[in-house]
Order: sequence, then structure tokens, then C-alpha cells
Amino acid sequence: MYVIREAVAAFRRAPVLMGLSAGMVGLALFVVGLFSLATYNLQVALSAMEERVEVVVYLRDDARQTEIDTLLVELAAFPEVSRVNYVSKRDALERAQRELPEFGQLFIESEVNPLPQSLEVELRPGNRTPDVVDRVAGAASNYPFVEDALYGEEWVDRLFALRRIGFASTAVLGVAFAMVAALIIGTALRIAILARRDEIYIMRLVGARDSFIRRPFLLEGALAGLAGGVLAVGLTYGTYRGVSTYLFDVEWIPEGWIGIGLLTGALFGAMSSAAAIRRHLKEV
Amino acid sequence: MIKLTHVSKEYPKRGHALRDVSFQLGKGEFAFLTGHSGSGKSTTMRLIHMADRPSDGEVRVSGFSSARLTKRDLWKMRRRVGMVFQDFRLLPGRTALENVSFALEVTGTPKKAIQTRAGRLLTQVGLGTKSGALVEELSGGERQRVAIARALVNDPYVLLADEPTGNLDDRATRGIMELFWDLNAKGMAVLMATHDLELIRRYPQVRLFELDQGQLVLDSGATDSEPA
Repeated sequence: MYVIREAVAAFRRAPVLMGLSAGMVGLALFVVGLFSLATYNLQVALSAMEERVEVVVYLRDDARQTEIDTLLVELAAFPEVSRVNYVSKRDALERAQRELPEFGQLFIESEVNPLPQSLEVELRPGNRTPDVVDRVAGAASNYPFVEDALYGEEWVDRLFALRRIGFASTAVLGVAFAMVAALIIGTALRIAILARRDEIYIMRLVGARDSFIRRPFLLEGALAGLAGGVLAVGLTYGTYRGVSTYLFDVEWIPEGWIGIGLLTGALFGAMSSAAAIRRHLKEV
Repeated sequence: MIKLTHVSKEYPKRGHALRDVSFQLGKGEFAFLTGHSGSGKSTTMRLIHMADRPSDGEVRVSGFSSARLTKRDLWKMRRRVGMVFQDFRLLPGRTALENVSFALEVTGTPKKAIQTRAGRLLTQVGLGTKSGALVEELSGGERQRVAIARALVNDPYVLLADEPTGNLDDRATRGIMELFWDLNAKGMAVLMATHDLELIRRYPQVRLFELDQGQLVLDSGATDSEPA
């Protein structure tokens, strides 16, 4: 009870200082929030591109149905493969007429259907990697009635290079932003604790236990961190709305991320307070 | 009660603040600790209060030894030793009652008993009628009384006073000294650091320890035998 009362009293006694601390924490976490928003949208964009990764096995016109079925079963047996679709010459033509209207007349006037029959191999999420598509395409190419097995090798390689760069920069920048945020939060709360060093001094003087002294400050730090976290979520949401309305469509970060962010804010706050209070506890 | 045995204190930049100091103060004794500025008075008080540890030797206070007391258990020793300072060290913006109540609360006094006990302590130091006054509204002497009331929250065996009258006029000084005598008469040992020779001369019956350049040069009540 004392712990809660003292932590709340700290906000009441020095509202400006505690407000500034929460504000600094909020701004520090806002940077992390913006970074999360950018990271999440980059992830969404890369996932959307990744979903388009598939292997298309073009079949010779003279391939027999039993041969095609055998290949279809073999490809479907790959654990990484989620589905194999057979596309007949007729289906291919209809799709071309539908999706490429500028060549529509050409397809109608042609007496022979120039498009080959094919098998479209869809891969499970997480398996759309260069080595998997290469392996699946390689297996299909072994059959003599297979004309070609394509998956846009260069495009897939570039996509995964981009993904690696994205992951590395996310990790490095994420750690850097988190460290900057931790430093700012630590400084803000240290200032707040410095303002109450007289109380700490007196508590030590009269024989309060260290754990008793520490607790309200930990809660105070956690509350400041949480308040800053809420502020950061608000600012990030405002930015998201602004960008979505006036610039381009972006997706809002998952609620789980927000929860983690708020908890991290509270945890950073408590940890920073613990570090700052430890120094004061040594003084008397 | 308080026993210093061959205590030395050396600081990395300042050098020796105390050199081989030994003395003891028994239960219910009253003593002055005097000396010029820089003689080691405050260092001695800090060591007795275990705010610092000796570089050499041992400080024993109310059964606690500087050689064995861990930082974790420091609070136990602090509850047996009250301390007041020249600058009072009260919480600004709070009343006399709130200052004393704060000390009671953080040392685990039940909530219901805090107000009554804080009021009683302020009455004991002669401030019963001013318990609701902010510390900024009190005179120097009254502030020191609040600080003394705060130092008494744990019913300590020893009261350490580091230049408690340094900021007070003569009248307030007399009042504080009378208060110390009252406490001492009830069995509390009092060790008061002061450089006020006039004050010391006024109380010739009080035992006197004098420090000079970190060494004990006078113990008016010392026996021939060295403290064990």
C-alpha cells in the first residue's frame, strides 16, 4: 500500500518533473514505435512478394496424361510443396486472354494455341527459399516430357538478398534505437530520482530497509515507462494515420507488438530506476 | 555502546583523515567531539554511523562491528543510532508532523500508530503546538528539534549529533542542549561533534574528545588502559 501511495505521490508532488520524464520516455519509445511501424510494413511487403514465389513446370505438348499425373504426385510429395495445379493449354490460353487483353486479338486470330500446358507448384510459407525452389525445379527437369521448369531465379535471389539486408538492418537499427531509448529513459528517471534524493537519504538515515526504499521507486519508474509507452503508441498511431491518409497505405502494427512495447517501457522504467536508486543507496 | 579501536581512515585523494584513533563511549554517557575544521570530526561521525568503513581498525556501535556488518543489514544498526546534522536535512514542503511521520512510516510503524507517535515525539522535543507548520515556517532551533524528533523514531540507544548547533543562535543552542540533556538523563548516550569552544566551556562536566589532524589528542574521561 505504501509502495503504491508513494509512487502515486511522486507524480502528485512533482507533476512537471514526472510529466517530463514520462514525455522523454514517450519520445524515446516513439522513435522505436516508428521503427516498428516501418519494419512491420517492410515485412508485410516482403511477405507479399514472397507469396508470389512459385515453380512453373512447362510440359511438352506430347506429354501423356499418366506421365503428367506421375510428376504431379511426385512434386506434391515434397514436404515444402503445398499444392500443385495442372494448367491445360486451353486454361493457359483463357488466362492469357483475360490477363493480357492487349494481345487478345492475336490469340483469337492464331489457329494454333501457342501456349504450353504446365504444372504450377505452390510452396508452403517459410519454404519459398532459393534452395527449395531450385530443388523442386531440378526434380521436375529430370523428366523428358518437361520442357522447362522456371521460378524466376534472379528475382528470387534478389528478393532473398533484400530480405537478408532488411533483417540485418532491422536487427542493428533495432538494437541501436532500443539502446538510445534505454539511455534516454535512464537519464529521465535518474533526474526524477535525483529530485528525491533527500527522501532516500532520510530513509537510509533512519533505518529503512533497502528493499523498502527501492520498491516505490521501481513502481514509479514502471509507471513513468508505461505512461511514456502509452504516449509513444498514441504518437505512432497519429503518424500511421497521417501517412495512410496523405501519403500511402501502410498497415498498423500488430496488437501483440504494442503490448510488448508497453511492457518493455514499464520494464525499462523499472530497470532504469533500479540502476539509479542503487547508486543513491550507496551514498549514505 | 561506541568503541573505536585503532581506527584509521584514508581517502584516495585526501590522504589520512584519521590515524589510529581509539576511544569508547559507554551507555548513557554524554561527550563532545571537538577539533578544528579538517581534524576528522565528521569522518569519525560517519564511521560511527557506518556511512563509511575504516581503512584500518574496528568501529563497534551497539553490538554492531564495522568489520562484520553487511550493507544489507545496515538498517538494523541505524535503528539503534539516531543522527542529527547541522543543516537539519528535513524534507522541504512538508510539515513537522509529516517529516517525523515519514521516518516512522519507512521504518515500518503501523499506519494507525504513526500520527499519535509522531505527535508525541514532537511534544517531547517541545514542538507539540507547531506540528502542522511547514518546515520553512520554522526557526532554525525548531527545525533542529524536528530533526531530533525524527532521530528518535526508533528509540535509539545513541544519538549522534554532527555540529547540531552550528547554524543556531545562542538561545536556540541552549534549548537544543537542554533537550540533549533530557534525552541523556533518560539513558540515551549522546556524542556531539562541535567546534564551538564556548559551548564546550559552558559544560565542563561533559566528557571531551579532541581530534587534531586525524589523531585523538585528548580524552578528558580516558582511563589509563586502552579500550579492549
